[in-house]
Amino acid sequence: MQNNDIVLRTEHLSIQFGGLRAVDDVNLEIRRGELYGLIGPNGAGKTTVFNLLTGVYKPTAGRILLCGEDITGKAPAEINRKGIARTFQNIRLFHNLTVIENVMVGLSNQIPCSIAESIFRLPRHMRSEREYYERALALLEVFQLAEYKDYLAANLPYGKQRKLEIARAMATNPTLLLLDEPAAGMNPSETQELMDDITFVREKFGMTILLIEHDMRLVSGICENLTVLNFGTELAKGATAEVLSNPAVVTAYLGE
Amino acid sequence: MNAVLEFFKKPFLRKYTNYIVVALFTVIFAILSLTGGLKMGTQFLLEQIGIAVLLAVSLGMVVGFLGELSLGHAGFMCVGAYVGGKLSSLLVGAMGGNEDSIVALLLALLVGGLVAAVFGIIIGLPALRLRGDYLAIVTLAFGEIVRSVFMNMPERLFGGTTGLETPRFDRKYLFVFAFLLVLACLAVTQNLMRSKHGRAIVSIKDNEIAARATGIDVTKYKLFVFTISSFFAGIAGVLYSYSNVRLQSVNFDYNYSTEILVMVVLGGMGSINGSMIAAALITFLNVKLQTMLTGNLAVLQKLFYAIILILIVIYKNAPGLKGFREKYNLKALFDKLFKKKPVAEDMADGKEGDDAE
Repeated sequence: MQNNDIVLRTEHLSIQFGGLRAVDDVNLEIRRGELYGLIGPNGAGKTTVFNLLTGVYKPTAGRILLCGEDITGKAPAEINRKGIARTFQNIRLFHNLTVIENVMVGLSNQIPCSIAESIFRLPRHMRSEREYYERALALLEVFQLAEYKDYLAANLPYGKQRKLEIARAMATNPTLLLLDEPAAGMNPSETQELMDDITFVREKFGMTILLIEHDMRLVSGICENLTVLNFGTELAKGATAEVLSNPAVVTAYLGE
Repeated sequence: MNAVLEFFKKPFLRKYTNYIVVALFTVIFAILSLTGGLKMGTQFLLEQIGIAVLLAVSLGMVVGFLGELSLGHAGFMCVGAYVGGKLSSLLVGAMGGNEDSIVALLLALLVGGLVAAVFGIIIGLPALRLRGDYLAIVTLAFGEIVRSVFMNMPERLFGGTTGLETPRFDRKYLFVFAFLLVLACLAVTQNLMRSKHGRAIVSIKDNEIAARATGIDVTKYKLFVFTISSFFAGIAGVLYSYSNVRLQSVNFDYNYSTEILVMVVLGGMGSINGSMIAAALITFLNVKLQTMLTGNLAVLQKLFYAIILILIVIYKNAPGLKGFREKYNLKALFDKLFKKKPVAEDMADGKEGDDAE
């Protein structure tokens, strides 16, 4: 396995809150173009792993390498600029902005234009605003949201809000996309649509995706490899079918 | 009249209606003032309105757009007033007592604004790492500290308890400068908010965690908004120093900060035009009450002021008045005025309605 093929690697990633080891010695290795699943029972530390990867928390031990570069302990905005984008378990859109403006915020770092240039309406401001609009519209078309572009984000139906969040994340031009329980609160047909979307994003943009999920159907349907967390530690990892038939996983996660 | 209305409905002009309205007011009042058609009292009122609008729009950036509560806006104004006032009195002294020197006015405005902006950065750097209530506490304390520092400085520097004597610009022109500065402030605020930076600022208010995860430099934007807001507060302070003979730090107390906040809240958070209208109305009310209730009745000023504010809030929010609100509001008044009356009268009494656009 070549080193530059690995988009994300964590080494002994751990975080301790007081006496609680929320994440303990997690070693992920995600290859380019892979769709990797992170599963586990409630409170296993899945979202905490995401918060570590995106800089919301700083790990108390271990390292995070993005394409070989150490990004441990960097600020969230900087990590985003380095190439990790995410969605949230409880959708976090910008409710007072329209659908297209949400995506335009995602594009912010793609097209440079200083504050002074905007205040004095210099040519670069005009050009960049047009470019923001066009690129955002193109992205919305890809996600079939173009017809809603002038809606306030808060007024979108739930399923579309999820989609918009993914579109906004994609607008930041990431190398790795983190999806935190994208199917939460969705009915089976919406989940199916979401699975198609994720597959589509992966193929269209050649995106590497790390996915947290509860919905087993979704996980077994689209993930190639899995890591199962339980009480913050790795319970099992490997190919999806193998992991899901592992008796320890079945006991911890699926009950019985 | 309909033709004019249609003209304003063009999308391109709609974006600039508020500039046009303020510019129209500036020109009309300037002409009136130059031809001697304005009383001293009206000129004073217009100055106060200009100052209040600057304060409300600048505080609105922090409170309405960025979503942070600042209770020390009068503190930044105080810095601008004292620094600008001191500088202008020195300059005027050096120029042989010409109080109407435009050079002195412009220099004082610039320096007063910049020093206030520096204070904005100094307070903003640590304070913007705090959240919600804590920022409010820090800014509140800042406002009070600034005030008492200026009061306790040596008397020959900033006048101490007796106050700092500042030059007075000719009343005929001062409000014109104030209005021009309002236009500048409006342009800066509006251009900023209608750009990628404005979207970033709103995104921070809506969801800071998501904004960070989307690559927005939250600290940079917070600090910038705080700084530019302090800059305009400082400028308003310099105007204030020019409008009053004597600066007394007691005027920049907590109540004043609250009053600016009331303007922003009444005008509707995140609405520049709303803040401007509220600032103009509240100042009008305040000045009128002060001139109408004098002598023994002066004690009633605050009472009436409070009662009127309470009535406005009830009118704006009471569910029982919903039907009434829909029937009698500024927009309805505006439509009525424009549909029934000829042009000349509109300009004379359509003031509030005009602002509403």
